[in-house]
Amino acid sequence: MSQIIDVAHLNYRYPQQSADDLTLKDISFSVAAGEWVAIVGHNGSGKSTLAKNLNGLLAPASGTITVDGEVLSEDTVWNIRKKIGMVFQNPDNQFVGATVADDVAFGLENQGVPRDEMLARVAAALKQVNMSDFATREPARLSGGQKQRVALAGMIAAQPQILILDEATSMLDPRGRAEVLQTIQAMKVAGNLTVLSITHDIDEAASANRVLVVNDGELKEEGTPAEIFRHGPELIKMGLDMPYAERLKAALKRQGVQVPADYLTEKGMADWLWQLSSNK
Amino acid sequence: MMNKLIFGRYIPGDSLIHHMDPRAKLLLSFYFIGIIFIANNWQTYIVLFAFTLLAIMLSGVKWSFFINGVKPLIWLILFTVLLQVLFSASGGHVYFHWGIITISQLGLINGVYIFCRFVLIIFMSTLLTLTTPPLELSDAIEYILMPLKAVKFPVYEVALMLSIALRFVPTLMDETEKIMNAQRARGVDFGEGNIFQQMRAIVPLLIPLFVSSFNRAEDLATAMEARGYQGGEGRSKFRILKWQSRDTWATLSFVALTVVLVFLRG
Repeated sequence: MSQIIDVAHLNYRYPQQSADDLTLKDISFSVAAGEWVAIVGHNGSGKSTLAKNLNGLLAPASGTITVDGEVLSEDTVWNIRKKIGMVFQNPDNQFVGATVADDVAFGLENQGVPRDEMLARVAAALKQVNMSDFATREPARLSGGQKQRVALAGMIAAQPQILILDEATSMLDPRGRAEVLQTIQAMKVAGNLTVLSITHDIDEAASANRVLVVNDGELKEEGTPAEIFRHGPELIKMGLDMPYAERLKAALKRQGVQVPADYLTEKGMADWLWQLSSNK
Repeated sequence: MMNKLIFGRYIPGDSLIHHMDPRAKLLLSFYFIGIIFIANNWQTYIVLFAFTLLAIMLSGVKWSFFINGVKPLIWLILFTVLLQVLFSASGGHVYFHWGIITISQLGLINGVYIFCRFVLIIFMSTLLTLTTPPLELSDAIEYILMPLKAVKFPVYEVALMLSIALRFVPTLMDETEKIMNAQRARGVDFGEGNIFQQMRAIVPLLIPLFVSSFNRAEDLATAMEARGYQGGEGRSKFRILKWQSRDTWATLSFVALTVVLVFLRG
């Protein structure tokens, strides 16, 4: 698999910080094309700063970022932004257009896409997120989940290779969150999309191929969700919730039941419980 | 409190006027305000009123909206009319004279004309805003400002600011309401007491609103930049305005109106 994102020794500090007080400290990782990577960490650990460094919204103090073979610099930044779609946290504050269709078209307008093609792509993108009936609605008349789906439709229309979700589901209710995640899964299946999701949401982290744990600006750990979820109660310190199966395991352990140390999915947990009771 | 405001409101509809090109509507409304001043006798005012009422009927918007549009301005209109009636130079038959106050035939007629002008201007501009979504108006303004590009006026940027401002009006209204309620819950009285107390009560509303607007602006700018916005040049446009035959007909009817007015003018 080819590496689509390559980050080497990235350091970042905000202008008001002193030289030795870094927000991001020597971060190195790479992401393969088509991979879904979740970045987790508690509040203020530098996750969002990392995301903004990746498409040049913030300029790193040192280190290199390579996206799809291009090293991020002042000359390549606009080209790289074309490849990276970003969805932010607050659905209201990233809605640029006056209506749903206008917002979806905004990114295409910026790229100078001809109008005929734009119309087709906007319609197709709205259909994919199930918002076709809302094309002429104003943002004030949409719910949070709907606005976030419009933001996604904007990404679908712009056809980026990489999608960065900066806590894109954190202001949504469980249903809106599930809808958005399903849409992203469908996008991923449809094209060879790489997803980087910054999240506190356990389901979102669980659907990733790999989880990066950021703590105080440093990359603390990386592994599959199963490897990370094995930490059990420590997950809370990482800014994540415990998966339901882990919580059940912890509760059983307190009751004196011998539980397996490995992470089990809900289905795995159910299977294990069946085995446990049939052995008696 | 904002719901009572008629000005700048849009009533969705499916009429001939609704489907007109916003550029045509905007320019013709301005043109109409210009030609009102051609009228100088009762025949011309009757023609203007007939024309306006026909346009209102074509729009299919309820009459009450137009009456409500005049209502908030009625005192201003009456005040102006009164000044005109009482203090205009005498002419024709003088009915009453006392000091500098003169009520004359000419003064009364002028007063009526001024009243008519006000009502016509308000009716036409209300018709414009009621049948044109704000978004289309901002498109029209962008198009009309286009020639100013020759003198380095940032037309795209102004148009973008206008459309973002319009898009955030309802969002900020909601937020204002929310902050007001939150502050009420903590014991702030809005609209109570003397003018100084009232002004002081506004502070806990205004400052959070400002701060959140700054945050919004920053988020929005980040999102726009992430989506590749580099300024107005080199962008393609999703929405385009289309001049149709009905717009040409509307323009011709205004030309005809002008001819009739000039002909009837005393």
